[in-house]
Amino acid sequence: MKHKQTSLSKSRHYSILYLMMVPGLLYLLINNYLPMVGIFIAFKKLDYSAGIFKSPWVGLRNFKFLFATSDIWIIIRNTVVYNIVFIILETVLGIWVAIMLADLANQHLARLAQVTIILPELLSLVICSYIVFAFLSQENGIMNNTILPALGLRPIGWYNEKGPWPVILTIVYLWLNIGSQAIIYLASIVGINKELYETADLDGASRFQKVIYITVPCIKPTIVTLLLLSVGSMFYSSFGLFYLIPHNSGMLFDVTATLDTYVYNALMHKNNVGMASAAGLFQSVVGFILVLTANKITSRLDPDNALF
Amino acid sequence: MVKTKSEVAYQCVITIFILLLMFAIIAPFVLLIMSSISSESSLIRNGYRFIPKAFSLDAYKYILRNADTILRAYGMTLLTTVLGTSLSLCITILLAYPLSHRDLKGRKVIMFLIILTMLFHGGIVPSYILWAKYMKIKNTIWALILPNLLLNPFFIILMKNYFENSIPTSIMEAAEIDGAGPIGILWHVTLPMGKPIIATITMFTILTYWNDWVNALYFVNNTKLWTLQYLLENILDNVQFLVKNSKVMTQMGQSVANIPSVSVRMAIAVLGVIPILILFPFFQKYIVAGISLGALKE
Repeated sequence: MKHKQTSLSKSRHYSILYLMMVPGLLYLLINNYLPMVGIFIAFKKLDYSAGIFKSPWVGLRNFKFLFATSDIWIIIRNTVVYNIVFIILETVLGIWVAIMLADLANQHLARLAQVTIILPELLSLVICSYIVFAFLSQENGIMNNTILPALGLRPIGWYNEKGPWPVILTIVYLWLNIGSQAIIYLASIVGINKELYETADLDGASRFQKVIYITVPCIKPTIVTLLLLSVGSMFYSSFGLFYLIPHNSGMLFDVTATLDTYVYNALMHKNNVGMASAAGLFQSVVGFILVLTANKITSRLDPDNALF
Repeated sequence: MVKTKSEVAYQCVITIFILLLMFAIIAPFVLLIMSSISSESSLIRNGYRFIPKAFSLDAYKYILRNADTILRAYGMTLLTTVLGTSLSLCITILLAYPLSHRDLKGRKVIMFLIILTMLFHGGIVPSYILWAKYMKIKNTIWALILPNLLLNPFFIILMKNYFENSIPTSIMEAAEIDGAGPIGILWHVTLPMGKPIIATITMFTILTYWNDWVNALYFVNNTKLWTLQYLLENILDNVQFLVKNSKVMTQMGQSVANIPSVSVRMAIAVLGVIPILILFPFFQKYIVAGISLGALKE
């Protein structure tokens, strides 16, 4: 049928298709590709009045300064360690919640629970920081006024004390993300062939054995995909979580600063473009290498699960 | 299935766990709402509580009296959300639709260029300098719409895959034989049949714009352009901001000391989530669908 059309109308069709793509591709060029080219700023001493092209080259000086500070090591440690803790907990808890939701006989409750757990997903981190403030505010927070006294403990200046913050940030992260994790795993658990479980029942398998030998292997592709994505973003962090929730408090720097908050503060407050761009480039390059490596390893072990 | 004793016990245990989980998710929302309807004096004496000692709507009355700042921010959020979402949808569809044609020359190269943007980022500094110094969008409404939010590469891929795999080629071919061009096919076949994915992506885009505060943080100083989220971000540490910027207040000669700041803070946050809570029942189906899709490739 297709050969009935003249080649003229065919080529006109294609030129229309190419025209349609112009706005989107133009946006990607500006928003994504020009900044990729702009990474050379990290090797310059930026002088806004001269413009980025005429600013003098300084080689690796920005990086030397950056890695000479003790801050950067704390920041890298925070970024990576928080990510590792988050990944492990959200995966284990996400799968656990998903299994419970799948097993729940009361369908109404299961559906209600699914809807409830994704509520925090819809919040902005600004609203989330208000909620955390309602808990932790030194004068009015529920922790200092109600919960700690009930436990016989003295009030804490939450926004000045480092100690509790790794736990607080982990709880907030899980509160925000456990829902989507559980929903993703639930979608793949629902797809598992029921006969596998029935056969296992006949063999007298315990509930835990069924999880280990049937559920987890069956949802392995999902687990691998999500882990792969998380490993790829190991050097990135949620800016909002680490900036808003601790109120960008300087006293908490050691336990709340990550590469993303560092770049923001260096660029916007300390006006230190050199350090900010060096830290940013470090993040981009390491992130890129990690994605490629993680994908390479997966494609060798398990070609079906590789991302590309 | 026969209900064994252990099955009943198991159901009890998981029901309890699920209820506890739901409580843990909901409780913080309850605390927020209850705090906003507590009387200021009880908050100062007892702090934020799940069950207030004394109820009062003073915080909301106060906000209502000084509504100009907040209404303005609401308006900005609404405007950026509507403008941003419509623009974003248009260019996403216009990019995804041609890419769903298997015989389009150069398709592989373009797909590679799109995927590459998800793997390698230029970083915040070059991006900031580009938008602020070269595109000169600081303190314009475009600052809230253009940088980073307008086109999500992942959404292009999701939409392209849906158009390619879920719309039967036979229908497209039939339309082609009827003499429809690419625009006709897009309008009469692809868009109506692609509704599920378009709706899902619309929901996520609306949420992205409604909740964004980072672009305002980087690019906006002019308080007239503040969105609701950014206003909230500034008020958390400084409730006085509301007064400084309220003409009504200065005219009435009210002083800063009169603000019921402890409850007002929470009341404003409640006003910030209410639209989302109201829309949630309608959104919910698409959000779940979108999250499940994200499992494939984010």
